[in-house]
Order: sequence, then C-alpha cells, then structure tokens
Amino acid sequence: MAYSEKVIDHYENPRNVGAMDKDALEVGTGMVGAPACGDVMKLQIKVGADGIIEDAKFKTYGCGSAIASSSLLTEWVKGKSLDEVQAIKNTDIAEELELPPVKVHCSVLAEDAIKAAVADYRSKQ
Amino acid sequence: MSNARKPIYMDYSSTTPTDQRVADKMAQYLTVDTAFGNPASSSHTFGWDADVAVKTARKQVADLINADPREIVWTSGATEANNLAIKGAAHFNTRKGKHIVTSKTEHKAVLDTCRQLEREGFEVTYLDPMDNGLIDLEVLKAALRDDTTVVSIMHVNNEIGVIQDIAAIGEICRERKIIFHVDAAQSTGKCPIDLEVLKVDLMSFCAHKTYGPKGIGALYVRRKPRVRIEAQIHGGGHERGMRSGTLATHQIVGMGECFRIAKEEMATENDRLLMLRNRLYDGFKDMEEVYVNGDLEQRVAANLNISFNFVEGESLMMSLKDIAVSSGSACTSASLEPSYVLRALGRNDELAHSSLRFTLGRFTTVEDVDYAIEQTRSAVEKLRDLSPLWDMYNEGIDLDSVVWAAH
Repeated sequence: MAYSEKVIDHYENPRNVGAMDKDALEVGTGMVGAPACGDVMKLQIKVGADGIIEDAKFKTYGCGSAIASSSLLTEWVKGKSLDEVQAIKNTDIAEELELPPVKVHCSVLAEDAIKAAVADYRSKQ
Repeated sequence: MSNARKPIYMDYSSTTPTDQRVADKMAQYLTVDTAFGNPASSSHTFGWDADVAVKTARKQVADLINADPREIVWTSGATEANNLAIKGAAHFNTRKGKHIVTSKTEHKAVLDTCRQLEREGFEVTYLDPMDNGLIDLEVLKAALRDDTTVVSIMHVNNEIGVIQDIAAIGEICRERKIIFHVDAAQSTGKCPIDLEVLKVDLMSFCAHKTYGPKGIGALYVRRKPRVRIEAQIHGGGHERGMRSGTLATHQIVGMGECFRIAKEEMATENDRLLMLRNRLYDGFKDMEEVYVNGDLEQRVAANLNISFNFVEGESLMMSLKDIAVSSGSACTSASLEPSYVLRALGRNDELAHSSLRFTLGRFTTVEDVDYAIEQTRSAVEKLRDLSPLWDMYNEGIDLDSVVWAAH
C-alpha cells in the first residue's frame, strides 16, 4: 500500500491519543465502526462553556489510514465550534491525507465519528 | 527503526528466492554458447542437449515424489497444473458424473477453477474444515456421491501451513473410484511425498516455492491405474498431448535442480526451520490474547500464522517496515474481505483482521527471528495503546455483547 507521507507521519506520530471521562457532561464521545469490519474509531471532544472544542482525543483500531484519519481529525476540531466541525466532510480528510480510493471509507468513518461525538455531547446538555 | 537495515524476508510461502545453485544451472541453457536448443528438435545436437537436460530434470522432479518420470507433465506453474488437473479430469469423466468435491480453504487456483466448472454445469461441494484447518474425513465421505468424479484437496495450506491427511483421503477416493487431485504447491521440500504409497491420481507442483524460478510447474498424472485428462492447451502435442507448447528448457532445468536439492536437504532444513519457528512462537507465547491459526502439530515447520487480538494486521505490518510478512486482514486485500481461509476455520472476523503470517525459509537466521520478535512485540504494544478495543477488553467488556454499527 503506497501511503502518502502525511498518512505515515500521522501513523508514526499520532496526535492526541488518549481517553477522557465519557460520563463527564462537557465530554462528547463517538464510537463508530465494527471490529468485524477491521476498524473502530473512538473520538472524544471536550467542549468549553463558550461552545468551542477545547480538547480532542482518539483511539483507533484499524489500518494506517484509519489511524491517520482520526489523528488528523483531532487536530482539526480543536478550537472550532460544534457547528463548524459538523461541516467537516470526509472528502476534506481524504484529500488532505491523499488517501487511495480503497481507503476513502476510513475518512467516512472519521466524519461519522465526529458527528457521533457532537450528538453525544448535545444529548447530555 | 533504522532505515539502514536490510529488509528481512519472512514471506517464503509467497515465493522463495531462487537458490544460487539453481540459477547457475539455468544459465547454462539460454545463451548462444550454451544448450539453448529446442528440446523437440530431434535432428541436431542443440536439440539433443536440451532434450537430455529436460530428461534429467524430469527424473529429478519424479525422484522427489517417488514417481515415474513419464508421469510428469510440465506446466507454467501450479495454477495451470490445478486448472489442467481439475478441468481435465472433470471434462474427461462427464459420462460418469458432474460432481466435484473440494474444500473452502483451497487456493484460488482450485476454487476459481471449480467456479468455472459450476458455470459450465458441474456441481461442486465445498467442504468446511474443522477449527484446526483439517478436513474431517467423515464429512468428506458424507459428501461423496455416485456421480462424484473428482476430489481436490490441497496438501499444505498456503496461509496456515496445515498438512491434510492425503493418505487417508486417497484411500477413501480410490475405494470409490473417484479421481483424487492434490495441490502440492506448498509442500515440496517441506514434507515427504511418496506417490508409490499415496493413492493420489493427480498432483500439482511449482518451482518457485521450493527455491526455483517462477513460471514453471508440473502436473503428476498417474499411469497405474491410468488417469486420463483432457488437454486444456492445444498445439504441437508436447507432453504426450496433455500440454502443448515448446518446453522452457532453462525453467525446467531450474525446477529439476531445486527439487534435487530439496530431496537432499529436506530433513536437515526442516529440523532447522522447526527450531526457528518454535523460537519465533516462544517469543510471542507469553503475550495476552495471541492465537495461533491452524493446527500446530499437523503443520509444516516453516509457518506461523498468528493473530494479535485488538490490533489490525495492516497497521501492524506498517510498523514492521523492514520485515516482509503477510496478513489475513481485509485492508491488505483489494477486495476488502478478510482472509477466507481464516474465516473458514470459524475464526471471528476480528481475529482474521489481526493475523500475521510468518513463513521462514532457507536463508532465515536466528538473528532474523529475534529481530522479528522484538519488532513485532513493540509494534503490538504501541497499537494496543492506540486501540479502543484493547481498552474495552481491559475494562472487562465483552466485545461480542456490544452492538456495533457495521459499515
């Protein structure tokens, strides 16, 4: 699999790996994918009183591009509002990481993950 | 990881390097000052010299499997041999019936050939192996019918290295006068084959998994009792009409030489490979959630197929940059399906996604094995730290009880 340097960089130096308290009110958690499909992404956001995402963490089981997609996403969502991150499209991620066509589904999963995290946060408010 | 390190090859079941002794022999049958002639040219010395070389190689191949040289038909490889055997025997015996039995863990060269025969109106039964990858003989017996003409079961599986009991299967088929074909691409030089004893009618071979060149193989076609097949490639009537096409002298010489070496060195080589494989497995045994795929006893010495649960195989291979292995993960295949062999064992899909196949060979050293252990362990550790499934496992959550959004 010929990956771009960006994928390899995110894979080798993943940003924002970790977990936050999923029961905390200011934390939204999105877990998408399935082990049987070979990828599971867990994305968490911590939202400040001003509605801006203060912090983001991820853990991903999956191939290199799934790890890179979620790592990139955590960088992108920090400092953005919930509405702004809702607008992130999988194609933005695929383009930035130069994902080969067979790996585009990894970026779809990342988009699903942030949407799920936002929905989880909103349901708690 | 240092980039200066020469990559370590641990994918010998995919292909092997050609042994230097083999390559040297092959070079004597190509250029103008060598025996480059067409072995079918019976009117001059160039042809005679090539013909002698082909005869020698035919005997060398026959010797490894204890067969008669007249039972060897050269092909372009094991894929062609499998096609010729199964289609050839199925087509020749349509008057008796049109039912074929094979297994779900066969190589695609067998499975896809059977699919083609299904399109032509044949009926095929695909047997489920047991959890250890072996065929249950009672299940096989139950699948046989009066109109069954061909049974095709591989000797050694390419992914998990398990060895089927072809001696017993041969007895079952012979009793019922059913033609028994064996794909032995993975077994030459790895386990003894004695066709005087085995009741095998057709057997496929190739050179490139036994330290010979790619592009050459052979089909064994039994003479006593005589097995007849329909040719699939027509032309000049080479190979007693069973496979036309000018013989590739240098390739054939290469196959003969690599089989000669295999016969001579198999015993010592297998002792060494078993030592290395055990060392490799010992290096992983104490890790949590590690599973060997396929029976560990009925298995060739060179193969370790192992799943590191909660870690995905492709990302694991990305970490093992300077070690060449393969994985049953979907992400490594164009089809995005996990290994059909591991799935046929009843392994859940996660374990198929998490599998690595190490296959060791003639040039693998103890240092290579130790390096592979160290690199794999640290990669698994790193990826488990990244894995939400690993966290859930440690929290005691039963992953099977979680409702996942499949995609």
